[in-house]
Amino acid sequence: MDYASQVAMTLPEIVLALGALALMMVSAWAQPSATRAISWAAVAVLLGACLALIGPATTGGNAFGGMYRADAFAGFSKVLIYLAAAVAILLAPSFFERTAGDDLRPEYPVLILLSAIGMGIMVSAGDLLTLYIGLELQSLAAYVLASFMRQDQRSAEAGLKYFVLGALASGILLYGISLVYGFSGSTLFDEIAGAYAGASLAGDGKSIGLLFGLVFVFAGLAFKISAVPFHMWTPDVYEGAPTPVTAFFASAPKVAAMGLAVRVAIEAMGPADAQWRQIVIFAALASIIFGAVAAIGQSNIKRLLAYSSINNVGFALIGLAAGTPEGVAAVLTYMAIYVVMTLGSFLVVLQMRGADGQPVETIASLAGLSRTRRGLAAALAIFMFSLAGIPPLFGFWAKFAVFDAAVRAGLFPLAVVGIAASTIGAYYYLRVVKTMYFDEPAAAFGEGDKLEGGLIAIAAVAVSPLGYLAIPLLSAWTMAAAQALF
Amino acid sequence: MTSFPILSVMLAIPAIAAVACLFLSAQSARWLALAATLADLALGVILWLSFDIGGAQWQFVEYAPVFGRFSWALGIDGFALLLIALSVFLMPICIGASWQAIEKRVPEYMAAFLLTEVLMIGTFAAQDIFLFYIFFEAGLIPMFLIIGIWGGANRIYASYKFFLYTLLGSLLMFIAMLYMSITADTTSIPALMNYDFPPEVQTWLWLAFFASFAVKMPMWPVHTWLPDAHVQAPTAGSVILAGVLLKLGGYGFLRFSIPMFPEASAQLVWLVFGLSAVAVVYTSLVALVQSDMKKLIAYSSVAHMAIVTIGLFAFNAQGIEGAMLVMLGHGLVSGALFLCVGVIYDRLHTREIARYGGLANNMPRYAILFLLFTMASIGLPGTSNFPGELLALMGTYQVSTTIALLCTTSIILGAAYMLYLYRRVVWGEIKSEEVRVMPDLSSRELWLLAPIAAVVLWMGVYPESFLAPMRADTARLLARIERAQPAGDSRPTPGTGVIPAAHAEGHAAPTSDAHGEAH
Repeated sequence: MDYASQVAMTLPEIVLALGALALMMVSAWAQPSATRAISWAAVAVLLGACLALIGPATTGGNAFGGMYRADAFAGFSKVLIYLAAAVAILLAPSFFERTAGDDLRPEYPVLILLSAIGMGIMVSAGDLLTLYIGLELQSLAAYVLASFMRQDQRSAEAGLKYFVLGALASGILLYGISLVYGFSGSTLFDEIAGAYAGASLAGDGKSIGLLFGLVFVFAGLAFKISAVPFHMWTPDVYEGAPTPVTAFFASAPKVAAMGLAVRVAIEAMGPADAQWRQIVIFAALASIIFGAVAAIGQSNIKRLLAYSSINNVGFALIGLAAGTPEGVAAVLTYMAIYVVMTLGSFLVVLQMRGADGQPVETIASLAGLSRTRRGLAAALAIFMFSLAGIPPLFGFWAKFAVFDAAVRAGLFPLAVVGIAASTIGAYYYLRVVKTMYFDEPAAAFGEGDKLEGGLIAIAAVAVSPLGYLAIPLLSAWTMAAAQALF
Repeated sequence: MTSFPILSVMLAIPAIAAVACLFLSAQSARWLALAATLADLALGVILWLSFDIGGAQWQFVEYAPVFGRFSWALGIDGFALLLIALSVFLMPICIGASWQAIEKRVPEYMAAFLLTEVLMIGTFAAQDIFLFYIFFEAGLIPMFLIIGIWGGANRIYASYKFFLYTLLGSLLMFIAMLYMSITADTTSIPALMNYDFPPEVQTWLWLAFFASFAVKMPMWPVHTWLPDAHVQAPTAGSVILAGVLLKLGGYGFLRFSIPMFPEASAQLVWLVFGLSAVAVVYTSLVALVQSDMKKLIAYSSVAHMAIVTIGLFAFNAQGIEGAMLVMLGHGLVSGALFLCVGVIYDRLHTREIARYGGLANNMPRYAILFLLFTMASIGLPGTSNFPGELLALMGTYQVSTTIALLCTTSIILGAAYMLYLYRRVVWGEIKSEEVRVMPDLSSRELWLLAPIAAVVLWMGVYPESFLAPMRADTARLLARIERAQPAGDSRPTPGTGVIPAAHAEGHAAPTSDAHGEAH
C-alpha cells in the first residue's frame, strides 16, 4: 500500500490537527471577544472531520503496518465522538458568560479539538503504543479542561484529582502493556492475539505473565471508562468541573474509552476471552449495582449524573461480556443512545441557575419545575425515564440490545442480576421526576437561550418513541462496525 | 375483512389528543379528552360489530416491520376484543369522573389518561412480544404521574411502590422474552403460542412471566402495592387501575403463560391454586376490617382476581371463560364502586366509613345504584359477576374440590364485607349534619354510573353476548393445552339409576353452554 493512501485513512485526524493548530494561532493573537467565533470555527472543524470520515477513513483497513486501523468500528465511534465534542463546545460560551469568575477563553475549543484527536486515535489504535499516545493526548487535554475555571476551588480540585488518579491509571496501563509486550514479543494487536492464542492460559503451566498483563491492561481501561472499582474519581471530577466540561467528560471520552476497551478485548485479547470475561462481568455488575446504590443518597444533580454514568457503563459492559459481534454492536448502540441521553440531561442542568444567573446544582432546586418550566421538566423527565430504561423511551432499546446479546451468549445469571439491579437505578431517576412533578415549586430558573433549548428539544425527540424508527438504520450500522473487529 | 387499520387508528387518536391536550387550556383539554375517548368508544363498537365471531383466530391484523428486531404487529382475538371493549368503555367515564374533581394541572392530567388508554389498547392488541412488552411496561409512566401528582396525602410513597414493584416483576419477564425470541427465532406472539419449548425450560420461563403477572394481577403475597395505589390515586385513577390495569395480569396468563408453557402451567397449578386460595380467604378477611372504603374495595379486588387465576389454571372451558367473565365483570363493578366512593368523597372529602351513614335518606338514587353494584360485587344472580364466578368455580371443582371449596368462601365473605360496608354507609340514621346536607347524584354522575349499571345487568342476564366472541379462542386454547391437563380429583361416577330429566337439564345447561364442543 502506498504512503498516500495510508495518509488518506487518517484524514479526520489531519483535519482536526490542522484545524486545532490554526485556531490556536488565531487565539494567541485574537481579542477575547473572538471566542465565540473560534468556537463556531472549532465546531466547523469537527463537522469537517465527520465529512472526512467518508471514504478511506472508514473503509481503508490497516495503515502504517497495522498500527492504525481505519475500519467501520472506528468510523462509527468517531462520528459519535466528534458530534459529542461539537455539542460540548456549543454549550460553553453562554455558561461562562453567565457564571461569575473566569470567562471563556479560546483555548477551550482548541483543547476539545486536541482531545478529539486523541479520542480518534484511541478508537483507531491497532497497537498498544498508538493506544497509549491517543489516550494520553485525550487525557492531558481533559485534565486542563477539568480545571478550566482557575479561580474556582472545586474546579482546580477536580483537575488535580483527575490528573493524579489519571496518571496512576496510565501507570497501571503501561505496566500491563509492558508485561504483555514482554511475554508476547509485540505491541501489535494482531501479534498479541497470536501470542494469547498460542499460550496456555489455564491449568498448570499457564502463562502468568500474559495473564497479569491482561489484568493490568483491563484495570487501566476500567479507570478510563470509570467502571467500578476504578470509578472513585468520577463523582468528584464531574461535580467540580465546569458543567459544559462535565457534559463533555460524560459523553465523548466515554465513547472513546469504551471503543478502546472493546477493540483491545476483541482484537488483541480475543483468544483470552474466557479470562477477560470474568473481569468484565465483575466490573459490569459492580458498576450497575454500586452506581445505582451510591446515587440514591446524592443531593447534587451533577454527582447524581456521575453515578448514573458509572451505572450506564456497567450496562454497556454487559454487551462486551458477551464477546460476540452482536455484543459489540450492542455496546455501540448503547453508547450512541447514552450519549444523547446524557448530553440532554446536562443541557438541562445548564439551565439550572438562580435569579442572579449563577448555576445551582442541588436536586431540590428542581422542585416543581413542571409548573415553572413545563417544557424543560418534560425533557428532563424523558431523559430520566430513558436512562432508567423504561419503555417506550429509546433508552429501553439500549438496554434491550445489551441484554439481547448477553442472552444470546448464554450469560443468563449476568442478564438476570443486571436487569434486576436496574430497578435500584430506576429509584433515583424517579426521584428526580418526583422532585420536578410532585413537589411544590421552588424558585424559578432564569430564561434559557435558544441554542440550548433547540439542542434539548432535538435530544428529547431522539430518545422519545420516535427514536424507534431509527432502529433498522442503527442496527445495520452498529453491526457493520462490530463485524470489522471479527 | 377491511383493510382499514382500525387498531392503529384507535391508538393514534388518543395519542395525538394527549399531545394536543398539553397545549390547551383546562376546559378545552377536558372536552378534547372526552371527544377522543368517545371517538375510541365508537371505534370500539365498530370493532366489536365487525369482529367475525367464529372466524379467523386473529382479526384486524396489521403488520409493518419498521423496528428491525421487532415489528409493529397488531391483531386481536376474542379475549383481546373483550378487554379492549372494556377499556374504551371505561375511559370516557373516567374523563367524566374527573371533570370537576380535578382542578389543578388539568391538561397534563388529561394527557396522562389518554396516554394510559393508548398503552392499554396497545397491550391488548400487540401481536409482537416486544411491542407487547413496551406497551405493558410503558403504562407505568402515566400511572406513576397520575398517582403522584393528583393522589392523596401519602401519594409519593404509593407511586414509588407501584412503580418499583411492578417494574421488578416485569424485568424478569423481559429476560425470558429475550430468550424465547432467540430460541424460537420469532417475535410473533401467534407463532410463539404454537412453539413447544422443552418442559424443563418452560418452568423457568413460566416463573419469570409469573413474577410479572402475579404482581400485576395482583396475587397474594405480592398484592401489597395495590391497596396503597388505590387509596392514594384519584377516583378515575382507581377506576382505570382496577378496571383495566389489573386485567393485564390475567390477560398475560391467558396469552403467554398458559398457551406458551402448557407443561409448566400444569406442573405449577398447585402454586397458583395455593396462592389464590390464601388470597381469597385472607384478603376477604382483611377487607372485612377496613375502615377506609377504597381500601376495602381494593382488598376485594385481590380476592376477585384470585377467582380469575384459579379459573384460568383450571384447564377447562368453564374455568377459562369464567375467568374472562370475572375479569370483565370485576372491571365494571369495581370501577363503578370506586366511582360511588368518589361521588361521596367529592362531597365530604373523606373515605372513612364511620363518617357516613344513612345516605339512603337523602341520596336515594345513589343508594339504589350503590346497592346494585354491591350486589354485583357479591355475585348475585342477574348481575355481571354471577356467571363468571359460577363458571370459574365449576371449572375449578373439576380439578380440585378442596380449592373450589376454599375459593367459594369468597362469595360468603364477599357478601359479608360488602353488605357490612353498605349497611354502615347507606342504611341507618343520618348521624351528622354534614352528611344530611349532601345532595343526591347530579345528572353528570348519573350519566357516569347508569351505563355501567346497564352493562352489569346485561352481563348478568345475557352473558352469551360476552361468551360468544371468545368461545372459539377458548376451544383453540384448550386444544393447545389439553396434552398437559392435570388429572382432576373430582371424579363423578355415573349413576346407576335413572336420572330425573329436570335435574339433569338443570346441571347440563351452563356446562354445555360453556364447552362449545369446537374441538
